[in-house]
Amino acid sequence: MTTVATGTAAPTSAVGTAHTRVEGRDKVTGAARYAGEIPFENLAHGWLALSTVARGRIRALETDTVLGMPGVLAVLDHRNAPRVTTDYTGLLGTPPDPTCAVFQHDRVPHLGWPVALVVAETSEQAREAAEALVVHYDQEPHDVGFKGDHPDAYPLDSHGPAVTGKGDLDAELAASAHVVDREFTTPEEHHSMMEPHAATARWEDGRLEVIDSNQGATWVVGELANLFSLDPASVRVRSEHVGGGFGSKGVRAHQVAAVMAATTLQRPVRVVLTRRQMFSLAGYRSPTTQRVRLGADADGRLRALEHRSLSMTSTVHEFIESSAGVARVMYDADAHHTANRVVRLDVPTPTWMRAPGEAPGSFALEAALDELAEECGIDPVELRLRNEPAKGPVSGLPFAGRNLPACLREGARRFGWADRDPRPGVRRDGRWLLGTGMAAASFGAGAAPSTATATAHPDGTFTVRIAAADIGTGARTALTLVAADALGVRPERVQVRIGDSDFGPAMIAGGSMGTRSWSWAITAAAGELRERLALGSDIPPEGITVRSDTTAAIGALAPAERHSYGAQFAEVAVDVTTGEVRVRRMLGIFAAGRIVNPLTARGQFLGGMIWGISMALHEEAVRDRATGGHVGADLAGYHVATHADVPHIEADWIDDTDPGDPVGIKGIGEIGIVGAAAAVANAVWHATGVRHRDLPIRPDRVLAASQDATSSGGAADA
Amino acid sequence: MSALATRKKLLMALSTSSVITLKINGEKHTLPVDHRTTLLDALRERLDLTGTKKGCDQGQCGACTVLLDGRRGVACLQLAVAAEGREITTVEGLADGERLHPVQQAFLDLDGFQCGYCTPGQICSAIGAIEEHAAGWPSAVTDDVRPEAGPPPLSADEIRERMSGNLCRCGAYNSIVQAVARAAGAASGTDPVPGASVHGVTDSKETVA
Amino acid sequence: MREFGYQRASDVAGAVALLGADPDTRFLGGGTNLVDLMKTGVERPARLVDIRELPLGEIESTADGGLRIGATVTNGDLAAHPEVRRRYPALAQAVLAGASGQLRNMATVGGNLLQRTRCGYFTDVTKPCNKRLPGSGCPAVTGDHHNHAILGASENCVAVHPSDMAVALTAFDAVVHYETADGPGESPLGEFYLPVGDTPHRETALPPGALITGVTLPPAPVAAHSRYRKVRERASYAFAIGSVAAALDVRDGVVHDVRLALGAVASRPWRAGAAERVLAGAPATTDSWTAAADAELAAARPLPHNGYKVTLMRNLMVAELTRLAEEAAR
Repeated sequence: MTTVATGTAAPTSAVGTAHTRVEGRDKVTGAARYAGEIPFENLAHGWLALSTVARGRIRALETDTVLGMPGVLAVLDHRNAPRVTTDYTGLLGTPPDPTCAVFQHDRVPHLGWPVALVVAETSEQAREAAEALVVHYDQEPHDVGFKGDHPDAYPLDSHGPAVTGKGDLDAELAASAHVVDREFTTPEEHHSMMEPHAATARWEDGRLEVIDSNQGATWVVGELANLFSLDPASVRVRSEHVGGGFGSKGVRAHQVAAVMAATTLQRPVRVVLTRRQMFSLAGYRSPTTQRVRLGADADGRLRALEHRSLSMTSTVHEFIESSAGVARVMYDADAHHTANRVVRLDVPTPTWMRAPGEAPGSFALEAALDELAEECGIDPVELRLRNEPAKGPVSGLPFAGRNLPACLREGARRFGWADRDPRPGVRRDGRWLLGTGMAAASFGAGAAPSTATATAHPDGTFTVRIAAADIGTGARTALTLVAADALGVRPERVQVRIGDSDFGPAMIAGGSMGTRSWSWAITAAAGELRERLALGSDIPPEGITVRSDTTAAIGALAPAERHSYGAQFAEVAVDVTTGEVRVRRMLGIFAAGRIVNPLTARGQFLGGMIWGISMALHEEAVRDRATGGHVGADLAGYHVATHADVPHIEADWIDDTDPGDPVGIKGIGEIGIVGAAAAVANAVWHATGVRHRDLPIRPDRVLAASQDATSSGGAADA
Repeated sequence: MSALATRKKLLMALSTSSVITLKINGEKHTLPVDHRTTLLDALRERLDLTGTKKGCDQGQCGACTVLLDGRRGVACLQLAVAAEGREITTVEGLADGERLHPVQQAFLDLDGFQCGYCTPGQICSAIGAIEEHAAGWPSAVTDDVRPEAGPPPLSADEIRERMSGNLCRCGAYNSIVQAVARAAGAASGTDPVPGASVHGVTDSKETVA
Repeated sequence: MREFGYQRASDVAGAVALLGADPDTRFLGGGTNLVDLMKTGVERPARLVDIRELPLGEIESTADGGLRIGATVTNGDLAAHPEVRRRYPALAQAVLAGASGQLRNMATVGGNLLQRTRCGYFTDVTKPCNKRLPGSGCPAVTGDHHNHAILGASENCVAVHPSDMAVALTAFDAVVHYETADGPGESPLGEFYLPVGDTPHRETALPPGALITGVTLPPAPVAAHSRYRKVRERASYAFAIGSVAAALDVRDGVVHDVRLALGAVASRPWRAGAAERVLAGAPATTDSWTAAADAELAAARPLPHNGYKVTLMRNLMVAELTRLAEEAAR
């Protein structure tokens, strides 16, 4: 590890200075091994065969033919696979998604659901055999038609209640000088991390070992132990390097199938999802339809706020994209109503995807705010500043540090917002119309109980062990810096080991809570170890080890509104004759707690903002109503932003050390995407005078809108 | 053609597997392969060279980029049997002992990655792209492709277009562009990207306004 | 992927002989399309004949001042070639607009001409598709077709041809040369791709067992003043939703010569013959460009969700002709 920042860093201030990644050299030389890359003697390869109907029953599988193909070792399906149980509550407080409990029955809940696993000596043999497997179905009519007025929609509680409300909405809207009432839609979006899900399972000395790509070894161990009715101590999950997760890498069909096959064959079995399979087996963000109603006084103060969101889930598991939750934090109003509803369709179960709820919710709310600013004739930054709540709009709880105004002001200053002409459609650069837009952002800050150990070695070095996951966040490096400071030594003397469930229970890399939760546990263990060492006793050859558990400390946190905040600014260029939209520059200013490693933190913020660009302009999984499956389920059909789509972007932060955390951390993984798509969409309006309320803002939509605008002789809606 | 070669060809036509010799990072590897085996799978599953990554297996992400006879290509669409006789360079073959290739060093120093899974492909692609540019190849954003116009300066936009075959879902694009610019500058003995085209390639904290 | 035999050909006659009349054998060039289709199960050959080492990798000037491009020239080398860039800049631009640097270094000219549509129904063997499985139906007509054809399609297939290169070659009257067991043959690119009609699975006029050996470009002074413009749903590394190859020679304010071809609008690269006829001898004005575009697009039959392409192509044609005329005036 090298220190990038200039200047001298005292041994006790590793946190806050830029460090290249601990594992960086391994990653640039190809030495870093990911889940599907650990060699095993006698490894067999499993390939999933997926359903080609969206709903029905498996009538027959012609497995005999497949079993006779070269290299084929076994075919697992609902008739012969080991049984699993789904009657439990997992680490995250929810029952397991039954779509992960494969091969237990003949029912097909969605297209692309595993109906069999073919295991063979080589991956080529397994693939051909799985694709040759003939399956007969009793097909039933399916419904994959997600629409705002679906009659079967119902409210569903999640981490928060489905519905909140105060005040008389109709009365306040009627009394408002300015009213905005709009519907927004966001499409089905997929995580599309670069490393496909991969797991190798084997039994070793009576223990089940799974080499996996996941966001939390503790989580996966718990789920597998429950599913297979095993003592958690007899299951070990390791994930040294993880090629991206974004919410998708928990327990999924491939791990379950790999364990089944390893159990049946008593040899190591690897199952890797193909990119196409990921579109039906790796989770996704539900599409949403959202309605936002805002009513304001002449000076822009909100009297009425209503945000209603509908998302979809599978027929067998409840998951809700709580898009209406964002208003519960961001803005108050005399009448304040939010509702999250869901509809069950014959589709795979959606899941958490980077800023679940906040990403689509902030698009609708912050785009509606922009329209309200236009209605009121008030600058969008000023409108937000005028609506800063004094306490939690729904909870009534105090804010534990709300530095949104500082983000807005600093962002506006650096972006040059003050010089902005508010009129839309009046700036041109050749064929391009130019515009700027902004949005505000928040994402919850939290911590979850974790355990860690810190060991002092006789040679003066230290080892810290925690079942953390570095899915690209830089967690391994950040935790090294945190541990060094807590131990009072230079980071070079600390080795942090992660990604192994044998290190004890720990929080997952999710909810922007990983690094904070793990740092808390490491700080506690290291602090106690330091005290022990201060007593002056000799260190034995095996070292001195201290274990921490933050359950009690985190449970004692006083209730408060704890969040990270951000202000997003974007400039876009739009060619209305071709529909092309290009982001020209972007700036995000964040208040996200103490920044442990500026080098990698900037990457986290920028990555989130790039997700926002991608969400605003590119991403959309197209579901074919006739078959119930996707059309173009690959990275040529599902567009994520390329290099060429991403201009120079800046992310920076203001001092926001959280007094409620031992290291001052909040969390940075998700705040970068929140509001980013709205900033881009608002800029597209400023460029063209057309509001785009349906994402992504595709060329055909821009073209259609500009035609409408031309024919109606003025501004238009898309 | 020697009798041995003729006989080998005949066998390959009838058989669905062959014994082949691949030259990878200067070393020869002789192995039997199923004809279906891609170069990517041969590297990863047969030769324990797992630095080359499988992101999509369909030529749609660039994670498996390697150098074939010195030029960048995707290993997932290259059949191993058809790669016999070609010089293959993977990410494992770039460093000179402990000394990283300048592109690797720039990625490391400037944090040109997050999860690291697209990184070997980005690095191999960057090496190829820098050489293509040095050879005077235009790109889709080159204003005037006629040879009389001369090679375009390696601006940030040129780097972005040339690197667009490598997706990075973590969104490390900004620092990757900086790393490529720095390495290209080092390779040509000039400043990292001449001043006129340096706009947008900076790690400074100055305003973007 | 089904198991298959593999052979390497070292000369053209040998390659043709190896393929024979076997409908289960395919020539393997760069593999960027074929290997992908084999992975998805769309193609299931029993045998591959590798033609990458055939002596067809040269780009040469022809006696009449045109170019001859060998079938195994890679897209990368084609776009980098000085004579291509000097005499047919739109061809270089078209190639550079396609795929990625990596894929262009692998893909060959012959393979590019024969690449299959990227229609999401065609590439998914679990779905019906008349092109892949004749008679199974075309779900795109009533399903997802927002990037499908507006010209020359039939109710049997509305897929578009994915090549950028072929659009520019079409504009420049390229001729495809091939070798068969019975000797060489050729086909003007304008006639190479067959109309969709009732037979969307029959895509080209290439005789069974034929090997494309190269493409010739006749001399065309107008081509030196040419551009290729591609619009897609992201800035790079995506197939076109509309593209134009245009060449324009204006003398004394009048169109002396013009070439126009459109991409991503039909099952084949679409030579805009109607537009060219309107422009022949017309004044170099915006009105002429608009009239020409309208003449070409009069035949457009958009589907419910791809009507935007009519607007897009009209705007693209006008914009590119305008720009070429401005460049000529400088």
